[in-house]
Amino acid sequence: MRSLEELKNLKAKTEKGLSLREDTGKPTITVHMGTCGIANGARTVLNAVLSELQARNLTDIHVTQTGCPGLCYLEPLVTITEPGKNPFVYSKVSSENVKKIIVEHLINGRPITEWLVNLEK
Amino acid sequence: MEFYRSHVLVCTGTGCTSSDSRLLISGLRKELKDRGLEKEIQVIETGCFGFCNLGPIMVVYPEGVFYCRVKEADLKELVEEHFVKGRVVQRLLYREPGATVKTQEFNNIEFFKHQKRIALANCGIINPEKIEEYIARDGYFALAKVLHEMTPAGVIEELKKAGLRGRGGGGFPTGMKWDFAYKAKGDQKYVVCNADEGDPGAFMDRSVLEGDPHAVIEAMAIAGYAIGANQGFIYVRAEYPIAVERLQLAIQQAHDLGLLGKNIFGMGFDFDLDIRLGAGAFVCGEETALLTSIEGKRGEPRPRPPFPANSGLWGKPTIINNVETYANVPHIIRNGWEWFASIGTEKSKGTKVFALAGKIKNTGLIEVPMGTTLRTIVYDIGGGILNDKKFKAAQTGGPSGGCLSAELLDTPIDYDNLIAVGSMMGSGGLIVMDEDTCMVDIARFFLEFTQDESCGKCPPCRIGTKRMLEILTRITEGKGTPEDLNNLEILAKTIKSAALCGLGQTAPNPVLSTLRYFRHEYEAHIYDKKCPAGVCKALLSYQIDPEKCRGCGLCARNCPTKAISGKIKETFVIDAEKCIKCGACMEKCKFGAISKG
Repeated sequence: MRSLEELKNLKAKTEKGLSLREDTGKPTITVHMGTCGIANGARTVLNAVLSELQARNLTDIHVTQTGCPGLCYLEPLVTITEPGKNPFVYSKVSSENVKKIIVEHLINGRPITEWLVNLEK
Repeated sequence: MEFYRSHVLVCTGTGCTSSDSRLLISGLRKELKDRGLEKEIQVIETGCFGFCNLGPIMVVYPEGVFYCRVKEADLKELVEEHFVKGRVVQRLLYREPGATVKTQEFNNIEFFKHQKRIALANCGIINPEKIEEYIARDGYFALAKVLHEMTPAGVIEELKKAGLRGRGGGGFPTGMKWDFAYKAKGDQKYVVCNADEGDPGAFMDRSVLEGDPHAVIEAMAIAGYAIGANQGFIYVRAEYPIAVERLQLAIQQAHDLGLLGKNIFGMGFDFDLDIRLGAGAFVCGEETALLTSIEGKRGEPRPRPPFPANSGLWGKPTIINNVETYANVPHIIRNGWEWFASIGTEKSKGTKVFALAGKIKNTGLIEVPMGTTLRTIVYDIGGGILNDKKFKAAQTGGPSGGCLSAELLDTPIDYDNLIAVGSMMGSGGLIVMDEDTCMVDIARFFLEFTQDESCGKCPPCRIGTKRMLEILTRITEGKGTPEDLNNLEILAKTIKSAALCGLGQTAPNPVLSTLRYFRHEYEAHIYDKKCPAGVCKALLSYQIDPEKCRGCGLCARNCPTKAISGKIKETFVIDAEKCIKCGACMEKCKFGAISKG
């Protein structure tokens, strides 16, 4: 270690990996993975979420899984939770449109309203 | 860098390792691989969480789910449910004492909620075998700060203002100690870390070394810069193999990155560290004995002055601090003395780590702000007394400390308050005792320990503690005389003032404090020949109450010495001659007909 810069760079490199263990204050993406979700392709959706986040280096966004919320006919479901806000639940998510959700909702801050679950329909 | 969606932290401290956490880790890795999840979920070996009686402990991030007592057999279900289907495995969660619902999240558990972690800040959070993880949590930035921005005198001033005091026992102000060594003249100076943790039941130093070894290394380098030393020694017990292994690895990694060695940060400061293994003699925790042991001689204390700050290792100015003390230093440098001084009480700043043990529901390692009451520690963090029995006493400071009675439950715990009530902080062992503990027997136990560990160099300790132990043994055997109490007090006071080192000077504390708060128990042993707690076997006798006895004969069948006789459906009797007072009959009796007294 020959300079403070070197230490700072090393910190920046590892820090991102550790943000998983901290509350980052950033949104969490939850993929619903009950039997119904998995049967409808939740696994490929989860894989797509991970590869998209990795490609865009969004390591402070946490990804978790949960079970079936009861809307089996709308699976695969993906919920985006932002601290202090109501959750956004996307229905019939595919590995293709999950990429758009990440870009529009998480990066540009514009939820794609037509893909959200609308129970009044 | 690999991209993982989940980190599974598994404790590999000594506690969890002994409950097979390493088998668990290899099993988990295999199970995840079989499921094709090994690139998504990373298994990380970490240091002690402190909740050792629930081991092996596993925390899953980002959710922060806390699993405890996980067995290899649970792994299949755990991976299937949690990692494939996203469902928390309820049965492996932790249940608070008395609660009906289990607690899912790590941060919501009472045991952790009341704690404030500074010395243990990284334990259970980072992988201690990866220097990068320590650096990611601001590690080595304090060393960078002192080398770039502070003068040695400035570092010492910062510690003085922070009010950090030695965590190893005496509570001497750390900044002052460094100042003495800084001002001492000498071509060569040394920095020593006392990791010869010897108090029965205390394991905070081990946990810091196992869970966050770099914190100690960084602090020692800071100390070297402050006093003008280029060489440090860590004196650690050989009985701590995991701590030694991680320290060796950490020193190697720090060397590889140039954080130890020559010209650190290009600022012209050199510092090197070596490990010395102690053979486990309690007296080597005393600083002068420790230094003689590092020199390769027999670990015996010597009179002070001269203090090590002026004449320590090989006669050179030396500072010697305890592991936990060092672990606080990088935090103080990074966050400033004002931050540290805002925590704790007027004369005791910061936090203290305690090893909770004894008759308490949650045993383990905790860190709380100075000034926390015994009640908060025992009831909120500790979850209360085992089997909801009555609190009788808490023993602090190990064999050098004393017992605190129930009326002291609301005393804020800090250095000065503990000394005022006749105990001491010591290294932070805290043993909780319930109504079934005999205080005379406890005093005898601790004295037996110090007597055994006395190095024998000075007569007050060598002979005095022996005589005290003989008196105490006599009392517990029912052969005590009224003069014994007086003699105990005279001996105790003489040893305290005449012994050479801290071991002897504090050895009588358990006796003096139990005499102070539990004198009636001594008197019951001597005058009434009774042990009120029912512990001292010589003073016990078991009786069968004829009113309650149904004559089932269960007691007689379970008596190992055939001391109980009688006819079925008639009252049974115990033959006191044959009875060995094991208590098996009392345990077996379904009608509560057998009592001891």
